[in-house]
Amino acid sequence: MTEPRWVRVLLISSALLFLGVFLVLPLIVVFSEAFKKGVEVYIESVREPDAAAAIRLTLIAAAIAVPLNLVFGVAAAWAIAKFQFPGKSFLITLIDLPFSVSPVISGLIFVLLFGLQSWLGPWLSEHDIKIIFAVPGIVLATIFVTFPFVARELIPLMQSQGSEEEEAARTLGAGGWQTLWRVTLPNVKWGLLYGVILCNARAMGEFGAVSVVSGHIRGYTNTIPLHAEILYNEYNSTAAFAMASLLTILTLVTIALKALIDWKSQVEAREVPERPLVEAAYEH
Amino acid sequence: MGFTVFYLSLIVLIPLGAAFLKTFTMGWGQFWETVTGARALASYRLSIGASLIAASINSVMGLLAAWVLVRYEFPGKRIVDALVDLPFALPTAVAGITLTAMFAGNGWMGSWLEPLGIKIAFTWLGVVVALTFIGLPFVVRTVQPVLQELDPEFEEAAATLGASRWQSLRRVIFPELLPPLLTGFALAFARAVGEYGSVIFISGNMPMKTEITPLLIVTKLAQYDYTGATALAVAMLAMSFVLLLFINMLQWWSRTRYA
Repeated sequence: MTEPRWVRVLLISSALLFLGVFLVLPLIVVFSEAFKKGVEVYIESVREPDAAAAIRLTLIAAAIAVPLNLVFGVAAAWAIAKFQFPGKSFLITLIDLPFSVSPVISGLIFVLLFGLQSWLGPWLSEHDIKIIFAVPGIVLATIFVTFPFVARELIPLMQSQGSEEEEAARTLGAGGWQTLWRVTLPNVKWGLLYGVILCNARAMGEFGAVSVVSGHIRGYTNTIPLHAEILYNEYNSTAAFAMASLLTILTLVTIALKALIDWKSQVEAREVPERPLVEAAYEH
Repeated sequence: MGFTVFYLSLIVLIPLGAAFLKTFTMGWGQFWETVTGARALASYRLSIGASLIAASINSVMGLLAAWVLVRYEFPGKRIVDALVDLPFALPTAVAGITLTAMFAGNGWMGSWLEPLGIKIAFTWLGVVVALTFIGLPFVVRTVQPVLQELDPEFEEAAATLGASRWQSLRRVIFPELLPPLLTGFALAFARAVGEYGSVIFISGNMPMKTEITPLLIVTKLAQYDYTGATALAVAMLAMSFVLLLFINMLQWWSRTRYA
């Protein structure tokens, strides 16, 4: 009992048309623009010194932000899911914070904290410590905008799993670390992996917040997205799209990994609900 | 637990506190002037207006997409379903330059739209297009699970009681979908208002015409007008807060009325 056939065909075609223009076409455009001048030019633009520096900086920022946020995410989810304490919902709201503010505002906050006009500003320049308009600022901003991902992924998961297994482990004599390592973490491994790849995707692709704190100094304080912007504004769009294509490949890998995780966790027939990327990120 | 609190205060609370303290050094009069200046007002109109339009488009098309993905079979469905997450996972700068390339005069879409008189790139329409792209996953992903969980029992019951297909859609299914639809709308809207990277390429950034509020904040920062930038940020946060509160009330209303 469903709609008449012509209605179904109409609805499917309209949906596919809309999704085709907004999802499929952009993918095609990225790669066709990147390779417009041929493969050699593409490879050249990726190996160019400023581009290579941008890639390096992006990787460094992600390499610092992701593990830190991973540890934080596990700690926070552990505390929230397994214990009761005052201010718990405030903590949860706080974790949501980077999601609800514009990335530009996130970057602004760090400029206000560490820039020349702030309290710390004079002290920092006395000691010749550069944070804003230098690499540390970029890393800090990246940590800020990506810190919720692992936590938000793990909290509902751990909450729905309860603390019985951990309690059982304790009664059997397991220490704190043992319980964490051998009971809690294996239970949440797919959610954890999920959170990590989301965190990584955002860390490498972040634009607004990093743009504000970066200073855009070529070869020094540009990440891949920022370098792409500079190239594009100089009308060097082929090189810009070459940078963009690197990030797009990362995105496609992220989406593929997500599908893989969904499939694996369903195969394991556990009570791991399907977590669409968006729902996972925004669940209240 | 201790580690969590320490990390959070370091990374979140202290920076946030800094922002607000800065604004207070400004004085009420100057704050008001900055926040209600002509350029600022034009940017709010654009940011909020375009976000509302984009979120509405996404609500309609997202509902359609969710329906089609859950209820029907067609070749390539699984790939399309996975691709819905693309705008959420794709870096905003990539989205920005790609959409601009697509809708500019010589782009795949622009090359046939502009001769028809529809100019998208470097106009407010371009902003709407970019915000629609960025908000696409939100409604689809909030409606899909609810649609999936929907018991066919109710539709069958309605049919046996003589309801036409359209009637049972309107009176049985749609009320169930209204809450997640509103949630998706709210999420898409909230994301759109603060969006920066995907919009600044296609918009053209002309003050008073196609300048979004986040860009105005960045411009002020570049001029070292830190207090002005902070004032605008506070205004933006306040407006988003009010609008989201309103949407939350709508959701509460729909839940009590329909659920």
